[in-house]
Amino acid sequence: MLVTGKGGVGKTTVAAALGLVAARAGKRTVVCEVAEQERLAAMFGTSDIGHSELELAPGLFAVSVDPERAKEEWLGYQLRSSTLAGVLGGNRVFQYLTAAAPGLTELVTIGKVWDLAQLERRTGGSVFDLAIVDAPATGHALAILRAPQTFAAVARAGPIARQAERIDAFLHDSAATGVLVTALPEEMPVNETVDFERGLRDELQMKVDAIVVNALHPARFSAADARALDSLDGRGGPSARAALRAALSEHARARAERAQLRRLRRAVSAPVSTLPRIFEPELGRDELEQLSAELERRL
Amino acid sequence: MIEDWLGRKEVCICCGSGGVGKTTASAAIALGMAARGKKVAVLTIDPAKRLANSLGLDELGNEERLVEADVEGELWAMMLDPKRTFDDIVEWHAPDERTRDAVLSNRIYQELSNAVAGSQEYMAMEKLYELHQEGRYDLLVLDTPPTRNALDFIDAPKRLADFIDSRSLQFFTAPGIFGLKVLGRGSGLVFSALRRATGIDLLEDLSAFFSSFGSMTDGFRERAGHVNELLADSRTAFVLVTSPRADAIEEARWFHHRLMDAGLPFAGAVANRVRPAPPPGDPAPELGELLEPALTRKVLRTWEEESQLAARDRDNLATLKRRLGRKPIIEVPYIDDDVHDLDGLRRMDQYLFGANDG
Repeated sequence: MLVTGKGGVGKTTVAAALGLVAARAGKRTVVCEVAEQERLAAMFGTSDIGHSELELAPGLFAVSVDPERAKEEWLGYQLRSSTLAGVLGGNRVFQYLTAAAPGLTELVTIGKVWDLAQLERRTGGSVFDLAIVDAPATGHALAILRAPQTFAAVARAGPIARQAERIDAFLHDSAATGVLVTALPEEMPVNETVDFERGLRDELQMKVDAIVVNALHPARFSAADARALDSLDGRGGPSARAALRAALSEHARARAERAQLRRLRRAVSAPVSTLPRIFEPELGRDELEQLSAELERRL
Repeated sequence: MIEDWLGRKEVCICCGSGGVGKTTASAAIALGMAARGKKVAVLTIDPAKRLANSLGLDELGNEERLVEADVEGELWAMMLDPKRTFDDIVEWHAPDERTRDAVLSNRIYQELSNAVAGSQEYMAMEKLYELHQEGRYDLLVLDTPPTRNALDFIDAPKRLADFIDSRSLQFFTAPGIFGLKVLGRGSGLVFSALRRATGIDLLEDLSAFFSSFGSMTDGFRERAGHVNELLADSRTAFVLVTSPRADAIEEARWFHHRLMDAGLPFAGAVANRVRPAPPPGDPAPELGELLEPALTRKVLRTWEEESQLAARDRDNLATLKRRLGRKPIIEVPYIDDDVHDLDGLRRMDQYLFGANDG
């Protein structure tokens, strides 16, 4: 399961909440961070998450995919010799080549995730029922999903092509791989979500399985409430006036957000669910549990 | 305020993590400087459609357009097209048409120039350098790409230069895979391993790519050097755009650290979407007199939430301020509607160009 979305919309939060849902349902789940984000560690109050799986909660693991390490693992597997992989990995020309080979980082990253989700892992690690990828911004997510195809095409034949084709087939198998987009009910994230769904369909013939709109403000005030508040304009002391302004501003936001949500629903074919905004200064384990319960109800 | 930061600067680079309003801030800075008589060009990556429309950028293109903004100076805007920029540079550096066509049609080149990671950052710098060289503007404002490693562009010129470094290229300039055998035992081992790991076709494409690219190496290298000089020049200012959310602040600290490490001219930070501190006093008694009890409860709940978030914003900004030392932070308050037109940009102006430096 790939979770993506524009920067700052709460991808990691949704990925983690989803992980909790799956783990509670008895699935051995691993959440993969792929871009040195290390946000999960803070949310679960654990030590830093490394390239090997770390258990965050019963049945829920996390891994932070390090492209360099993934590259080494991949080489070791391809060459079936860690000595040779070491020689190659330490070679300057090879380093240039791999830095140069565009999309190789993306390929080994998605390859690592693919490996995590296999019944028999090449790297001999433990088996997972579900791997959730906390993917970078949507443009980058497309690059990651495109990488196996690119490599299969560029390499044409040989082991790279074969493996890239297998990963590509896995990604295209809608029973095996799902794509979830996280968005906020705001102009830019909605646009990006719409564009991403189109890009995924046109370029990769894949579909978005679900869209989760995060942090929706509650519709706390009715239109009548707003009129009542509006009519008080200018009355009361500084703090009362500020409170009234805050209430009206919240009402305006809630309305604008619902307009964006309607626009999103009209423009996409994937089902759209929402998560409420949580008014906590920083999200921690408790808030994640709360969100995962919401997610479970809505998805 | 921004005008002091940018006084005699010719380049303003807005950097920061995704989702903090970097594109909007870049456009607002550019508009504000144009309103103060400068001829400004803003180079943006991916503006919201409505902002793009109001900047006249509804059509994709790699050239600047004059924005009808009714300002004392001039505001120009362009949407960066990394692929086109890359192609332009190849045309620029290619010694002849054959080399140019060989590079442009090479599959490795096509993938390289289309790859999101790395090349976009470098191409943004390239275009910036090109426009600066042409000297048609008083000020260039660059909105940096929304990549996770948004400071990649600092290393990008060097990385690209290293990558096409002629000393490593010589391995590939020999024609085809058989030419590689003459490279000696060490390299032979490397390449036989590579063959096993990749398949031969890939290597032949790479070899073809490097041999045609090789003739352009020096030009690229020199240019990358100039781009780096421009970034570190005293005529350049880096502006860090952030929001008061904890994760954005954390990234801003990291950005600042990287800028300092790289010895780049950091001017200050813009904190977007800051909730203003609430005035002192409890609004409950007065609201109770003015409103129905049910509505009072709802207003008070909103009030408490907003106060909490405002307090969090204060704390986070204080943390950032400690990190930035004497460098200023400009706060832009939360503006109700998303900003995506010229009017919205003008509303940001009073904060960016007002006298509220922290």
